[in-house]
Amino acid sequence: MRAWLRHHALSFAHTARRFAASPAATLLNALVIGVALALPLGGHVLLANVQQFARGIAADAQISIFLAPEASTSEIAGLQKRLRGTPGVRSVAFVSRQEALDGLKRVPGMAEVIATLRENPLPDAFVATLAASDPELAQRLARDFKSIPRVAYVQTDSAWMERVHSLLRVGRTAVMLVGALLSFALVAVTFNTIRLQILTQSNEIEVSKLVGATNAYIRRPFFYFGILQGIFGGVVGCAIVDIAILVLNNDLAGLGTLYGANVRLELLGRSDGFAVLTFAAVLGWLGAYASVSRHLYKIESQ
Amino acid sequence: MGTDLISFSKVCKRYPGGYEALKDVSFSVEPGEMVFVTGHSGAGKSTLLKLIAAMEHATSGSVLIAGQNVSSLRRPAIPFLRRKLGLVFQDQKLLYDRSAFDNVMLPLVVTGHPWREAAKRARAALDKVGLLDRERANPIALSGGEQQRLCIARAVVNRPNILIADEPTGSLDTEYADAIIDMFRSFNQVGVTVLISTHDDRPIRRLSPRVLTLNRGSLA
Repeated sequence: MRAWLRHHALSFAHTARRFAASPAATLLNALVIGVALALPLGGHVLLANVQQFARGIAADAQISIFLAPEASTSEIAGLQKRLRGTPGVRSVAFVSRQEALDGLKRVPGMAEVIATLRENPLPDAFVATLAASDPELAQRLARDFKSIPRVAYVQTDSAWMERVHSLLRVGRTAVMLVGALLSFALVAVTFNTIRLQILTQSNEIEVSKLVGATNAYIRRPFFYFGILQGIFGGVVGCAIVDIAILVLNNDLAGLGTLYGANVRLELLGRSDGFAVLTFAAVLGWLGAYASVSRHLYKIESQ
Repeated sequence: MGTDLISFSKVCKRYPGGYEALKDVSFSVEPGEMVFVTGHSGAGKSTLLKLIAAMEHATSGSVLIAGQNVSSLRRPAIPFLRRKLGLVFQDQKLLYDRSAFDNVMLPLVVTGHPWREAAKRARAALDKVGLLDRERANPIALSGGEQQRLCIARAVVNRPNILIADEPTGSLDTEYADAIIDMFRSFNQVGVTVLISTHDDRPIRRLSPRVLTLNRGSLA
């Protein structure tokens, strides 16, 4: 056990020395990996912000419920209670037929038209504001409301929600695709760096094997190298995205004051950062594994 | 048979392309023996030694080391065989990116010895070959004879039962060569089994040891 720990400590020191021995190459590799990670990561952050923003305006996502003219006052009160108690509904406002008519009268040119009417043709209505901009929820609630007695007509305003959501879906798929492609880049960079290392260290590897080094002993520093290089690249990628967000926020603040809105992008969260580093480490390990399997075989078969 | 440390039986080694380096070679070495392998260059001396260290594998026949069949050894077991052997290579295989001391440390480092104990052993090995005062030198700065002694220090640092040397005196003048051979003899005198290949008959005349003579891959 102690020998095993010593081996790992030694491999780790070995790896650290390899990084220190070529700081320029280490930095460049970290940069390449960082840029490759920053593109999909930036896309992801942008989407998350847009989603947040969409959820913000969705506070206005509403369902209008028009009542049958024969609904009595007590029925209306019961209905209001029922609507308020429905999960997914944040608030319910009652618009009486008289209020609706008064509202309409204020629209220029409508007053004359309304004056020609003998009676108020408008129904009583409820406007239910939803808690979330979820098109599926809106549709389900609309269906439920339609089946309530004394409800004549239900109108959802979910078409735009669906549009936003399908746009976000397209965005997410694009980010995934870019991410998958650039993950290959990360694996390829690691693969190649380790190939070069194996070539330059082929003497050391050969001699170590001849004096009794196991394959695991030979491979371990390369795995460490791949993982560490991935993590370095991940840190660089996170830094690039956060710096870009800070710069963008500066400009967005100017835009926000023009439109009287507070528009700013959120920085990467701790869990996002952790996920990126883990992902980069796994990809680094993968590249190292592929390279070691491919290139050490030639030396090992001796 | 049971007492043999090294035992070749009907060993053939054919390289890809059809070249037959060893033909039907059988011999055995008892613990504590010192054996010279001679023959003209290309007679199969190096191949014979490489088969012992599992650097090559026999095409047919069996190579037993302490009762273990090396030619059928699974790959993961090879490092553990090599830890019992001390190898001195014809092309030395020193690492020029580190000091003489670090070269000798290598066999102990790869087996995970505690550093302090390993360093003590490495210094003892360097002392035995008379290189203790050169431990910080890069091997490239050492003379041919010193480099060869460094190889020997690296070969004996893990206290092997068997010491195998492929042409250890090949490029040295006679005075140095004698000193190297005497060094092997002193290890043999403390119980290490020694196998040395050489095309030089001077040590054989001098010491009259047991000799295996190879002629085009066959034992004479």
